[in-house]
Amino acid sequence: MVPYIPHTESDRNRMLQAIGVDSIDQLFDTIPPKLRYKGLLPINEGLSEHEVIRLLQEMLKKNILGTSYLGMGSYDRIIPPTVSQLASHPTFVSAYTPYQPEISQGLLQAMFEYQSMISELTGLEISNASLYDGHTACSEAGAIMISSKRKSTTLLVSETLHPFSLSVLNTWALGTEVTLVIIPETERHTSVNTMIDSLSEEVAGVIVQSPNRYGVVENYTSLSEAVHQNKSLLTISSDPLSLLLQKTPSQWGADIAVGDTQPLGLPSAFGGPSCGYIAVSKRLMRSIPGRVVGLSTDIEGNRAYTLTLQAREQHIRRERATSNICSNQALAAITTAIHIALVGPEGLTDAATQSYDKAHYLHEQLSHITSLRVDTKSPFWCEFPLFFESKAQLDHAVSFLQHKGIYAGVRLGSLTTKKEDEATLIVAVTEKRSKEELDIYVRYMREALA
Amino acid sequence: MSNIPVELKYSKEHEWVRVEGDRVVVGITDYAQDSLGEIVYVELPPVGEHYKADEEIATVESVKSASPIFNPVAGVVAEVNEELDGSPELINEDSYENYLYILSDVDLNEIDQLLDSDGYAQYIATLD
Repeated sequence: MVPYIPHTESDRNRMLQAIGVDSIDQLFDTIPPKLRYKGLLPINEGLSEHEVIRLLQEMLKKNILGTSYLGMGSYDRIIPPTVSQLASHPTFVSAYTPYQPEISQGLLQAMFEYQSMISELTGLEISNASLYDGHTACSEAGAIMISSKRKSTTLLVSETLHPFSLSVLNTWALGTEVTLVIIPETERHTSVNTMIDSLSEEVAGVIVQSPNRYGVVENYTSLSEAVHQNKSLLTISSDPLSLLLQKTPSQWGADIAVGDTQPLGLPSAFGGPSCGYIAVSKRLMRSIPGRVVGLSTDIEGNRAYTLTLQAREQHIRRERATSNICSNQALAAITTAIHIALVGPEGLTDAATQSYDKAHYLHEQLSHITSLRVDTKSPFWCEFPLFFESKAQLDHAVSFLQHKGIYAGVRLGSLTTKKEDEATLIVAVTEKRSKEELDIYVRYMREALA
Repeated sequence: MSNIPVELKYSKEHEWVRVEGDRVVVGITDYAQDSLGEIVYVELPPVGEHYKADEEIATVESVKSASPIFNPVAGVVAEVNEELDGSPELINEDSYENYLYILSDVDLNEIDQLLDSDGYAQYIATLD
Protein backbone atom coordinates (compact mmCIF):
# COMPACT_ATOMS: atom_id res chain seq x y z
CA MET A 1 0.00 0.00 0.00
CA VAL A 2 1.09 3.59 -0.52
CA PRO A 3 2.55 4.83 2.75
CA TYR A 4 0.70 7.80 4.15
CA ILE A 5 3.51 10.35 4.03
CA PRO A 6 2.18 13.64 2.72
CA HIS A 7 5.55 15.24 1.94
CA THR A 8 7.25 14.73 -1.43
CA GLU A 9 11.01 14.62 -1.90
CA SER A 10 10.94 18.23 -3.16
CA ASP A 11 8.84 19.34 -0.14
CA ARG A 12 11.48 17.87 2.14
CA ASN A 13 14.33 19.50 0.24
CA ARG A 14 12.60 22.89 0.40
CA MET A 15 12.14 22.54 4.16
CA LEU A 16 15.76 21.49 4.68
CA GLN A 17 16.91 24.44 2.54
CA ALA A 18 14.76 26.85 4.54
CA ILE A 19 16.44 25.85 7.81
CA GLY A 20 19.88 25.57 6.26
CA VAL A 21 20.46 21.84 6.71
CA ASP A 22 21.79 19.48 4.01
CA SER A 23 20.08 16.24 4.93
CA ILE A 24 17.54 14.77 7.36
CA ASP A 25 20.35 12.79 9.03
CA GLN A 26 22.03 16.06 9.92
CA LEU A 27 19.00 16.92 12.11
CA PHE A 28 20.11 14.15 14.48
CA ASP A 29 23.74 15.28 14.74
CA THR A 30 23.29 16.30 18.37
CA ILE A 31 22.60 12.67 19.30
CA PRO A 32 25.95 10.85 19.78
CA PRO A 33 26.53 8.33 16.92
CA LYS A 34 26.81 5.36 19.30
CA LEU A 35 23.24 6.01 20.50
CA ARG A 36 21.87 6.14 16.99
CA TYR A 37 20.28 3.15 15.26
CA LYS A 38 22.10 2.21 12.10
CA GLY A 39 20.57 0.59 9.07
CA LEU A 40 16.92 -0.17 8.45
CA LEU A 41 14.47 -1.59 10.96
CA PRO A 42 14.02 -5.34 10.51
CA ILE A 43 10.42 -5.17 9.34
CA ASN A 44 8.92 -6.68 6.23
CA GLU A 45 8.47 -4.89 2.96
CA GLY A 46 5.02 -3.37 2.59
CA LEU A 47 2.14 -5.28 1.03
CA SER A 48 -0.22 -4.26 -1.71
CA GLU A 49 -3.75 -3.27 -0.80
CA HIS A 50 -5.06 -6.55 -2.12
CA GLU A 51 -2.52 -8.53 -0.11
CA VAL A 52 -3.42 -6.64 3.06
CA ILE A 53 -7.11 -7.41 2.60
CA ARG A 54 -6.31 -11.09 2.06
CA LEU A 55 -4.10 -11.17 5.16
CA LEU A 56 -6.78 -9.57 7.31
CA GLN A 57 -9.44 -11.96 6.00
CA GLU A 58 -7.22 -14.90 6.94
CA MET A 59 -6.88 -13.48 10.42
CA LEU A 60 -10.63 -12.92 10.70
CA LYS A 61 -11.22 -16.61 9.92
CA LYS A 62 -9.59 -17.44 13.23
CA ASN A 63 -12.52 -15.86 15.06
CA ILE A 64 -14.94 -18.44 16.37
CA LEU A 65 -18.40 -16.99 16.58
CA GLY A 66 -20.53 -18.33 19.36
CA THR A 67 -23.41 -17.63 21.69
CA SER A 68 -21.96 -15.46 24.39
CA TYR A 69 -22.46 -15.70 28.12
CA LEU A 70 -19.39 -13.56 28.66
CA GLY A 71 -19.79 -10.53 30.87
CA MET A 72 -17.84 -8.98 33.70
CA GLY A 73 -18.15 -5.53 32.23
CA SER A 74 -18.72 -6.26 28.55
CA TYR A 75 -21.96 -7.87 27.39
CA ASP A 76 -23.58 -9.26 24.25
CA ARG A 77 -26.74 -7.15 24.13
CA ILE A 78 -29.27 -6.28 21.44
CA ILE A 79 -28.21 -3.19 19.51
CA PRO A 80 -30.68 -2.00 16.86
CA PRO A 81 -28.83 -1.74 13.50
CA THR A 82 -30.05 1.87 13.28
CA VAL A 83 -27.61 2.75 16.09
CA SER A 84 -24.46 2.08 14.10
CA GLN A 85 -26.09 3.51 10.97
CA LEU A 86 -26.68 6.85 12.71
CA ALA A 87 -23.45 6.79 14.68
CA SER A 88 -21.48 6.27 11.44
CA HIS A 89 -22.65 9.64 10.16
CA PRO A 90 -19.43 11.26 8.85
CA THR A 91 -19.82 14.40 10.98
CA PHE A 92 -19.80 12.23 14.13
CA VAL A 93 -17.08 9.85 12.99
CA SER A 94 -14.62 12.52 11.93
CA ALA A 95 -15.28 15.11 14.57
CA TYR A 96 -12.90 15.10 17.51
CA THR A 97 -14.11 16.74 20.72
CA PRO A 98 -13.58 20.36 19.78
CA TYR A 99 -11.08 22.31 21.81
CA GLN A 100 -12.50 25.59 20.59
CA PRO A 101 -15.50 25.88 22.87
CA GLU A 102 -18.03 27.13 20.36
CA ILE A 103 -17.61 25.11 17.18
CA SER A 104 -19.60 22.07 15.98
CA GLN A 105 -22.98 22.86 17.48
CA GLY A 106 -24.34 19.52 16.26
CA LEU A 107 -21.61 17.50 17.95
CA LEU A 108 -21.88 19.54 21.13
CA GLN A 109 -25.64 19.02 21.20
CA ALA A 110 -25.16 15.25 20.83
CA MET A 111 -22.69 15.29 23.75
CA PHE A 112 -25.08 17.41 25.79
CA GLU A 113 -27.85 14.87 25.18
CA TYR A 114 -25.49 12.11 26.33
CA GLN A 115 -24.69 14.04 29.52
CA SER A 116 -28.38 14.63 30.22
CA MET A 117 -29.12 10.92 29.84
CA ILE A 118 -26.29 9.88 32.18
CA SER A 119 -27.51 12.43 34.67
CA GLU A 120 -31.02 11.01 34.50
CA LEU A 121 -29.85 7.39 34.80
CA THR A 122 -27.64 8.03 37.84
CA GLY A 123 -29.78 10.72 39.46
CA LEU A 124 -26.76 12.99 39.88
CA GLU A 125 -26.88 16.52 38.46
CA ILE A 126 -23.62 16.83 36.54
CA SER A 127 -22.17 14.44 33.95
CA ASN A 128 -19.14 15.04 31.82
CA ALA A 129 -18.89 14.23 28.12
CA SER A 130 -17.46 10.74 28.97
CA LEU A 131 -14.15 9.16 29.94
CA TYR A 132 -12.15 6.33 28.38
CA ASP A 133 -13.81 3.45 30.21
CA GLY A 134 -15.48 2.48 33.46
CA HIS A 135 -12.24 1.51 35.17
CA THR A 136 -10.45 4.79 34.50
CA ALA A 137 -13.67 6.52 35.55
CA CYS A 138 -13.19 4.81 38.93
CA SER A 139 -9.74 6.32 39.39
CA GLU A 140 -11.00 9.74 38.28
CA ALA A 141 -13.63 9.45 41.02
CA GLY A 142 -10.79 8.64 43.41
CA ALA A 143 -8.97 11.79 42.33
CA ILE A 144 -12.06 13.95 42.93
CA MET A 145 -12.50 12.51 46.42
CA ILE A 146 -8.84 12.96 47.35
CA SER A 147 -8.81 16.58 46.19
CA SER A 148 -12.07 17.42 47.92
CA LYS A 149 -10.94 16.74 51.48
CA ARG A 150 -7.92 18.53 52.81
CA LYS A 151 -5.04 16.45 54.20
CA SER A 152 -6.88 13.24 53.40
CA THR A 153 -4.95 10.69 51.40
CA THR A 154 -6.81 7.44 51.92
CA LEU A 155 -9.51 5.77 49.88
CA LEU A 156 -11.46 2.77 51.12
CA VAL A 157 -12.17 0.41 48.24
CA SER A 158 -14.35 -2.68 48.38
CA GLU A 159 -12.71 -5.93 47.31
CA THR A 160 -15.84 -6.72 45.30
CA LEU A 161 -14.92 -4.09 42.72
CA HIS A 162 -14.16 -5.37 39.22
CA PRO A 163 -10.52 -6.63 39.23
CA PHE A 164 -9.69 -4.20 36.39
CA SER A 165 -11.02 -1.24 38.39
CA LEU A 166 -8.81 -2.26 41.32
CA SER A 167 -5.86 -2.65 39.00
CA VAL A 168 -6.34 0.80 37.40
CA LEU A 169 -6.79 2.36 40.85
CA ASN A 170 -3.53 0.73 41.98
CA THR A 171 -1.65 2.04 38.98
CA TRP A 172 -3.12 5.50 39.44
CA ALA A 173 -2.18 5.61 43.12
CA LEU A 174 1.36 4.35 42.49
CA GLY A 175 3.99 6.93 43.32
CA THR A 176 1.47 9.37 44.80
CA GLU A 177 0.57 10.06 48.41
CA VAL A 178 -2.69 8.20 47.97
CA THR A 179 -3.23 5.04 50.03
CA LEU A 180 -5.77 2.52 48.86
CA VAL A 181 -7.22 0.37 51.60
CA ILE A 182 -8.96 -2.68 50.17
CA ILE A 183 -11.79 -3.74 52.46
CA PRO A 184 -12.07 -7.57 52.28
CA GLU A 185 -15.43 -8.88 51.11
CA THR A 186 -17.86 -11.00 53.08
CA GLU A 187 -19.17 -13.88 50.96
CA ARG A 188 -19.16 -11.88 47.74
CA HIS A 189 -20.68 -8.78 49.34
CA THR A 190 -19.00 -5.51 50.32
CA SER A 191 -18.35 -5.60 54.07
CA VAL A 192 -20.33 -2.44 54.71
CA ASN A 193 -19.86 -2.56 58.49
CA THR A 194 -16.09 -3.05 58.26
CA MET A 195 -16.02 -0.19 55.80
CA ILE A 196 -17.91 2.08 58.19
CA ASP A 197 -15.61 1.03 61.05
CA SER A 198 -12.58 1.87 58.89
CA LEU A 199 -13.63 5.48 58.34
CA SER A 200 -11.20 7.94 59.87
CA GLU A 201 -10.04 11.50 59.40
CA GLU A 202 -7.59 10.48 56.66
CA VAL A 203 -10.31 8.85 54.57
CA ALA A 204 -11.30 11.06 51.65
CA GLY A 205 -13.77 8.64 50.15
CA VAL A 206 -15.17 5.20 49.57
CA ILE A 207 -15.60 3.26 46.32
CA VAL A 208 -18.06 0.38 45.95
CA GLN A 209 -19.63 -1.39 43.00
CA SER A 210 -23.09 -2.82 42.40
CA PRO A 211 -23.71 -5.17 40.71
CA ASN A 212 -20.26 -6.16 41.88
CA ARG A 213 -17.63 -8.41 40.27
CA TYR A 214 -19.73 -11.50 41.10
CA GLY A 215 -22.89 -9.92 39.72
CA VAL A 216 -24.24 -9.47 43.25
CA VAL A 217 -26.55 -6.50 43.78
CA GLU A 218 -25.23 -4.90 46.95
CA ASN A 219 -27.02 -3.16 49.81
CA TYR A 220 -25.61 0.16 50.97
CA THR A 221 -28.06 0.97 53.74
CA SER A 222 -26.45 3.35 56.27
CA LEU A 223 -23.21 3.58 54.23
CA SER A 224 -23.64 7.08 52.81
CA GLU A 225 -24.79 8.46 56.16
CA ALA A 226 -21.63 7.19 57.87
CA VAL A 227 -19.39 8.31 55.02
CA HIS A 228 -20.84 11.82 55.01
CA GLN A 229 -20.69 12.07 58.78
CA ASN A 230 -16.97 11.45 58.37
CA LYS A 231 -16.85 14.33 55.84
CA SER A 232 -15.88 11.83 53.17
CA LEU A 233 -17.44 11.13 49.78
CA LEU A 234 -19.10 8.04 48.33
CA THR A 235 -18.59 6.68 44.79
CA ILE A 236 -20.75 3.90 43.40
CA SER A 237 -19.76 2.09 40.21
CA SER A 238 -22.60 0.45 38.28
CA ASP A 239 -23.57 -1.10 35.02
CA PRO A 240 -25.78 1.74 33.72
CA LEU A 241 -28.47 -0.64 32.46
CA SER A 242 -28.84 -2.11 35.96
CA LEU A 243 -29.89 1.34 37.20
CA LEU A 244 -33.26 0.85 35.50
CA LEU A 245 -34.03 -1.84 38.09
CA GLN A 246 -31.87 -1.23 41.17
CA LYS A 247 -31.53 1.83 43.38
CA THR A 248 -29.59 4.59 41.63
CA PRO A 249 -26.31 5.94 43.06
CA SER A 250 -28.16 9.10 43.98
CA GLN A 251 -30.83 7.11 45.86
CA TRP A 252 -28.05 5.43 47.87
CA GLY A 253 -26.70 8.89 48.69
CA ALA A 254 -23.60 8.68 46.49
CA ASP A 255 -21.73 11.85 45.53
CA ILE A 256 -20.19 10.28 42.44
CA ALA A 257 -21.47 7.64 40.02
CA VAL A 258 -19.19 5.86 37.57
CA GLY A 259 -19.32 2.96 35.18
CA ASP A 260 -19.06 1.93 31.57
CA THR A 261 -21.68 2.57 28.89
CA GLN A 262 -20.75 -0.55 26.88
CA PRO A 263 -24.11 -2.17 27.78
CA LEU A 264 -25.87 0.79 26.15
CA GLY A 265 -25.33 0.37 22.44
CA LEU A 266 -21.65 -0.57 22.18
CA PRO A 267 -20.66 -3.99 20.81
CA SER A 268 -18.51 -6.21 23.02
CA ALA A 269 -15.88 -7.10 20.43
CA PHE A 270 -12.42 -7.57 21.92
CA GLY A 271 -13.13 -5.27 24.83
CA GLY A 272 -13.54 -2.06 22.95
CA PRO A 273 -14.08 0.67 22.25
CA SER A 274 -16.08 1.31 25.35
CA CYS A 275 -16.89 4.51 27.17
CA GLY A 276 -16.70 5.53 30.81
CA TYR A 277 -19.35 7.63 32.44
CA ILE A 278 -18.99 9.84 35.50
CA ALA A 279 -21.67 11.94 37.16
CA VAL A 280 -21.37 14.03 40.32
CA SER A 281 -23.57 16.00 42.66
CA LYS A 282 -23.82 19.71 41.97
CA ARG A 283 -21.42 20.63 44.73
CA LEU A 284 -18.64 18.70 42.98
CA MET A 285 -19.33 20.42 39.65
CA ARG A 286 -15.94 22.13 39.64
CA SER A 287 -14.07 18.93 40.37
CA ILE A 288 -15.49 16.75 37.61
CA PRO A 289 -12.70 15.83 35.18
CA GLY A 290 -12.62 16.16 31.42
CA ARG A 291 -14.87 17.81 28.91
CA VAL A 292 -18.24 19.25 29.95
CA VAL A 293 -20.74 20.63 27.45
CA GLY A 294 -23.03 23.40 28.66
CA LEU A 295 -26.20 24.93 27.25
CA SER A 296 -26.38 28.70 26.96
CA THR A 297 -27.67 31.40 24.64
CA ASP A 298 -25.64 33.42 22.14
CA ILE A 299 -25.74 37.24 21.86
CA GLU A 300 -28.73 36.99 19.55
CA GLY A 301 -30.65 34.93 22.08
CA ASN A 302 -30.32 31.64 20.17
CA ARG A 303 -29.77 28.35 21.96
CA ALA A 304 -26.03 27.65 21.96
CA TYR A 305 -23.93 24.77 23.24
CA THR A 306 -20.41 25.31 24.47
CA LEU A 307 -17.63 23.49 26.23
CA THR A 308 -17.73 24.93 29.71
CA LEU A 309 -15.98 24.99 33.09
CA GLN A 310 -12.62 24.72 31.36
CA ALA A 311 -10.81 26.80 33.97
CA ARG A 312 -10.41 23.61 36.06
CA GLU A 313 -8.79 21.73 33.17
CA GLN A 314 -5.16 20.97 32.54
CA HIS A 315 -4.68 23.25 29.52
CA ILE A 316 -5.65 26.24 31.67
CA ARG A 317 -4.94 25.23 35.23
CA ARG A 318 -1.72 23.41 34.42
CA GLU A 319 -0.29 21.41 37.34
CA ARG A 320 -3.13 22.55 39.59
CA ALA A 321 -5.71 20.72 37.51
CA THR A 322 -7.44 17.93 39.43
CA SER A 323 -7.16 15.56 36.45
CA ASN A 324 -4.94 14.88 33.46
CA ILE A 325 -7.85 13.91 31.27
CA CYS A 326 -8.20 16.32 28.34
CA SER A 327 -10.21 14.11 26.04
CA ASN A 328 -13.11 11.71 26.01
CA GLN A 329 -14.77 8.95 24.00
CA ALA A 330 -16.92 11.24 21.86
CA LEU A 331 -18.04 8.71 19.26
CA ALA A 332 -18.74 5.95 21.77
CA ALA A 333 -20.65 8.41 23.98
CA ILE A 334 -22.73 9.61 21.05
CA THR A 335 -23.42 5.98 20.10
CA THR A 336 -24.66 5.44 23.66
CA ALA A 337 -26.89 8.51 23.41
CA ILE A 338 -28.30 7.33 20.07
CA HIS A 339 -28.97 3.87 21.53
CA ILE A 340 -30.77 5.28 24.57
CA ALA A 341 -32.79 7.68 22.41
CA LEU A 342 -33.84 4.90 20.02
CA VAL A 343 -34.68 2.29 22.62
CA GLY A 344 -36.23 4.71 25.09
CA PRO A 345 -36.92 4.25 28.81
CA GLU A 346 -39.40 1.42 28.16
CA GLY A 347 -36.95 -0.40 25.90
CA LEU A 348 -34.18 -0.11 28.46
CA THR A 349 -36.40 -1.31 31.29
CA ASP A 350 -37.52 -4.18 29.10
CA ALA A 351 -33.91 -5.19 28.33
CA ALA A 352 -32.97 -4.94 32.02
CA THR A 353 -36.02 -6.96 33.10
CA GLN A 354 -35.56 -9.66 30.47
CA SER A 355 -31.91 -9.98 31.47
CA TYR A 356 -33.01 -10.45 35.07
CA ASP A 357 -35.66 -13.04 34.22
CA LYS A 358 -33.47 -15.04 31.85
CA ALA A 359 -30.45 -14.99 34.16
CA HIS A 360 -32.61 -16.25 37.03
CA TYR A 361 -34.07 -18.97 34.83
CA LEU A 362 -30.60 -20.21 33.86
CA HIS A 363 -29.40 -19.91 37.46
CA GLU A 364 -32.29 -22.04 38.65
CA GLN A 365 -31.79 -24.66 35.93
CA LEU A 366 -28.07 -24.95 36.62
CA SER A 367 -28.65 -25.32 40.36
CA HIS A 368 -30.09 -28.77 39.65
CA ILE A 369 -26.80 -30.08 38.23
CA THR A 370 -25.26 -32.04 41.07
CA SER A 371 -21.59 -31.27 40.57
CA LEU A 372 -22.25 -27.52 40.28
CA ARG A 373 -22.87 -25.08 43.08
CA VAL A 374 -24.65 -21.72 42.81
CA ASP A 375 -25.12 -18.92 45.33
CA THR A 376 -28.76 -19.10 46.36
CA LYS A 377 -28.62 -16.31 48.93
CA SER A 378 -27.18 -13.27 47.16
CA PRO A 379 -29.47 -11.08 45.09
CA PHE A 380 -28.27 -10.67 41.51
CA TRP A 381 -29.38 -9.13 38.26
CA CYS A 382 -28.03 -10.60 35.01
CA GLU A 383 -24.81 -12.24 36.07
CA PHE A 384 -23.90 -14.90 38.64
CA PRO A 385 -21.02 -17.14 39.71
CA LEU A 386 -21.04 -20.83 38.94
CA PHE A 387 -18.84 -22.89 41.25
CA PHE A 388 -17.19 -26.04 39.89
CA GLU A 389 -15.50 -28.77 41.90
CA SER A 390 -12.09 -27.93 40.47
CA LYS A 391 -10.31 -25.78 37.91
CA ALA A 392 -9.86 -28.90 35.73
CA GLN A 393 -13.58 -29.52 35.76
CA LEU A 394 -14.29 -25.88 34.88
CA ASP A 395 -11.74 -25.90 32.05
CA HIS A 396 -13.25 -29.06 30.66
CA ALA A 397 -16.79 -27.64 30.74
CA VAL A 398 -15.76 -24.34 29.16
CA SER A 399 -13.93 -26.07 26.34
CA PHE A 400 -16.76 -28.58 25.86
CA LEU A 401 -19.30 -25.78 25.46
CA GLN A 402 -16.97 -23.80 23.24
CA HIS A 403 -16.87 -26.73 20.82
CA LYS A 404 -20.65 -26.52 20.75
CA GLY A 405 -20.45 -22.83 19.82
CA ILE A 406 -21.09 -21.47 23.31
CA TYR A 407 -18.90 -19.11 25.31
CA ALA A 408 -19.94 -20.35 28.75
CA GLY A 409 -18.71 -17.40 30.81
CA VAL A 410 -15.67 -15.57 32.14
CA ARG A 411 -13.19 -17.58 34.22
CA LEU A 412 -12.91 -15.44 37.35
CA GLY A 413 -9.52 -17.00 38.07
CA SER A 414 -8.11 -15.51 34.89
CA LEU A 415 -8.69 -12.01 36.30
CA THR A 416 -7.72 -12.48 39.94
CA THR A 417 -5.02 -14.21 41.97
CA LYS A 418 -7.35 -15.73 44.55
CA LYS A 419 -7.09 -19.50 44.77
CA GLU A 420 -10.83 -19.97 45.34
CA ASP A 421 -11.63 -18.07 42.11
CA GLU A 422 -9.94 -20.71 39.98
CA ALA A 423 -13.01 -22.94 39.88
CA THR A 424 -15.48 -20.06 39.47
CA LEU A 425 -17.15 -19.13 36.21
CA ILE A 426 -19.04 -15.84 35.93
CA VAL A 427 -22.06 -16.35 33.68
CA ALA A 428 -23.83 -13.36 32.13
CA VAL A 429 -27.27 -13.61 30.55
CA THR A 430 -28.70 -10.76 28.51
CA GLU A 431 -32.06 -10.02 26.89
CA LYS A 432 -30.54 -11.35 23.65
CA ARG A 433 -30.62 -15.00 24.81
CA SER A 434 -33.67 -17.07 23.97
CA LYS A 435 -35.17 -19.78 26.18
CA GLU A 436 -34.00 -22.37 23.62
CA GLU A 437 -30.45 -21.11 23.92
CA LEU A 438 -30.62 -21.24 27.71
CA ASP A 439 -31.93 -24.80 27.61
CA ILE A 440 -29.16 -25.81 25.23
CA TYR A 441 -26.61 -24.27 27.62
CA VAL A 442 -27.99 -26.39 30.47
CA ARG A 443 -28.07 -29.52 28.34
CA TYR A 444 -24.44 -29.19 27.21
CA MET A 445 -23.33 -28.30 30.73
CA ARG A 446 -24.96 -31.49 31.97
CA GLU A 447 -23.25 -33.48 29.22
CA ALA A 448 -19.89 -31.89 29.94
CA LEU A 449 -20.08 -32.79 33.61
CA ALA A 450 -21.61 -36.24 33.16
CA MET B 1 -4.73 53.14 38.93
CA SER B 2 -5.54 50.49 41.48
CA ASN B 3 -7.43 51.35 44.61
CA ILE B 4 -5.18 50.63 47.64
CA PRO B 5 -6.77 51.68 50.96
CA VAL B 6 -4.16 53.00 53.44
CA GLU B 7 -5.66 51.29 56.50
CA LEU B 8 -5.02 47.75 55.17
CA LYS B 9 -1.98 45.49 55.03
CA TYR B 10 -0.99 43.59 51.88
CA SER B 11 0.81 40.44 50.72
CA LYS B 12 2.85 40.07 47.55
CA GLU B 13 0.30 37.45 46.50
CA HIS B 14 -2.26 40.26 46.26
CA GLU B 15 -4.28 39.62 49.38
CA TRP B 16 -5.28 42.35 51.82
CA VAL B 17 -5.81 41.85 55.54
CA ARG B 18 -7.69 43.95 58.08
CA VAL B 19 -7.38 43.37 61.83
CA GLU B 20 -10.72 43.41 63.67
CA GLY B 21 -10.09 42.83 67.38
CA ASP B 22 -8.42 39.43 67.62
CA ARG B 23 -9.58 38.35 64.19
CA VAL B 24 -8.20 39.04 60.74
CA VAL B 25 -10.30 39.65 57.63
CA VAL B 26 -8.75 38.53 54.32
CA GLY B 27 -9.63 39.44 50.75
CA ILE B 28 -8.03 40.03 47.36
CA THR B 29 -6.87 43.43 46.15
CA ASP B 30 -8.39 45.61 43.48
CA TYR B 31 -5.30 44.93 41.38
CA ALA B 32 -5.91 41.17 41.68
CA GLN B 33 -9.61 41.33 40.76
CA ASP B 34 -8.77 43.53 37.79
CA SER B 35 -6.08 41.12 36.55
CA LEU B 36 -8.39 38.11 36.94
CA GLY B 37 -11.29 39.60 35.04
CA GLU B 38 -14.88 38.52 35.53
CA ILE B 39 -14.93 36.21 38.56
CA VAL B 40 -17.32 33.27 38.21
CA TYR B 41 -16.57 31.13 41.24
CA VAL B 42 -14.81 31.28 44.56
CA GLU B 43 -13.87 28.09 46.39
CA LEU B 44 -13.59 28.89 50.10
CA PRO B 45 -11.85 26.87 52.83
CA PRO B 46 -13.68 24.74 55.41
CA VAL B 47 -14.43 26.59 58.67
CA GLY B 48 -12.43 25.36 61.65
CA GLU B 49 -9.33 24.32 59.68
CA HIS B 50 -5.90 25.70 60.52
CA TYR B 51 -3.83 27.10 57.66
CA LYS B 52 -0.18 28.10 57.69
CA ALA B 53 1.10 31.32 56.15
CA ASP B 54 1.59 31.02 52.36
CA GLU B 55 -0.48 27.84 52.26
CA GLU B 56 -2.96 27.54 49.42
CA ILE B 57 -6.33 28.19 51.00
CA ALA B 58 -8.86 29.14 48.33
CA THR B 59 -9.38 29.34 44.59
CA VAL B 60 -10.73 32.26 42.61
CA GLU B 61 -11.95 31.26 39.20
CA SER B 62 -12.53 33.71 36.40
CA VAL B 63 -13.69 32.98 32.88
CA LYS B 64 -10.07 32.70 31.78
CA SER B 65 -8.25 31.14 34.72
CA ALA B 66 -8.39 29.55 38.14
CA SER B 67 -6.02 31.17 40.61
CA PRO B 68 -4.95 29.87 43.98
CA ILE B 69 -5.17 32.20 46.97
CA PHE B 70 -2.29 31.94 49.42
CA ASN B 71 -3.11 32.50 53.05
CA PRO B 72 -1.23 35.66 54.16
CA VAL B 73 -0.95 34.86 57.89
CA ALA B 74 -1.33 31.63 59.84
CA GLY B 75 -4.65 31.09 61.59
CA VAL B 76 -7.88 29.16 61.91
CA VAL B 77 -10.73 29.82 59.47
CA ALA B 78 -13.46 31.34 61.66
CA GLU B 79 -15.86 32.42 58.97
CA VAL B 80 -16.17 32.47 55.18
CA ASN B 81 -18.07 34.97 53.07
CA GLU B 82 -20.99 32.81 52.00
CA GLU B 83 -22.44 35.59 49.85
CA LEU B 84 -19.71 34.81 47.33
CA ASP B 85 -21.23 31.39 46.77
CA GLY B 86 -24.12 32.77 44.76
CA SER B 87 -22.56 36.10 43.76
CA PRO B 88 -18.83 35.75 43.11
CA GLU B 89 -18.95 38.90 40.96
CA LEU B 90 -19.21 40.94 44.18
CA ILE B 91 -15.41 40.78 44.28
CA ASN B 92 -15.25 42.57 40.93
CA GLU B 93 -17.66 45.20 42.21
CA ASP B 94 -15.69 45.96 45.37
CA SER B 95 -12.87 43.64 46.39
CA TYR B 96 -12.37 45.40 49.75
CA GLU B 97 -16.01 45.43 50.80
CA ASN B 98 -16.34 41.76 49.86
CA TYR B 99 -13.84 39.73 51.85
CA LEU B 100 -13.06 36.02 51.35
CA TYR B 101 -12.71 34.70 54.89
CA ILE B 102 -11.93 35.63 58.50
CA LEU B 103 -9.14 34.05 60.55
CA SER B 104 -8.94 33.63 64.33
CA ASP B 105 -5.97 32.51 66.44
CA VAL B 106 -3.63 34.75 64.50
CA ASP B 107 -0.24 35.93 65.73
CA LEU B 108 -0.72 39.65 65.21
CA ASN B 109 3.07 40.14 64.98
CA GLU B 110 2.89 38.32 61.67
CA ILE B 111 0.71 41.12 60.30
CA ASP B 112 3.61 43.53 60.74
CA GLN B 113 5.63 41.51 58.24
CA LEU B 114 3.12 42.37 55.50
CA LEU B 115 3.37 45.40 53.21
CA ASP B 116 1.63 48.70 53.94
CA SER B 117 -0.30 50.50 51.21
CA ASP B 118 2.76 52.41 49.98
CA GLY B 119 4.86 49.28 49.89
CA TYR B 120 2.18 47.40 47.97
CA ALA B 121 1.73 50.30 45.51
CA GLN B 122 5.46 50.28 44.85
CA TYR B 123 5.44 46.50 44.51
CA ILE B 124 2.69 46.37 41.88
CA ALA B 125 4.33 49.24 39.99
CA THR B 126 7.24 46.84 39.35
CA LEU B 127 4.92 44.17 37.90
CA ASP B 128 3.47 45.72 34.76
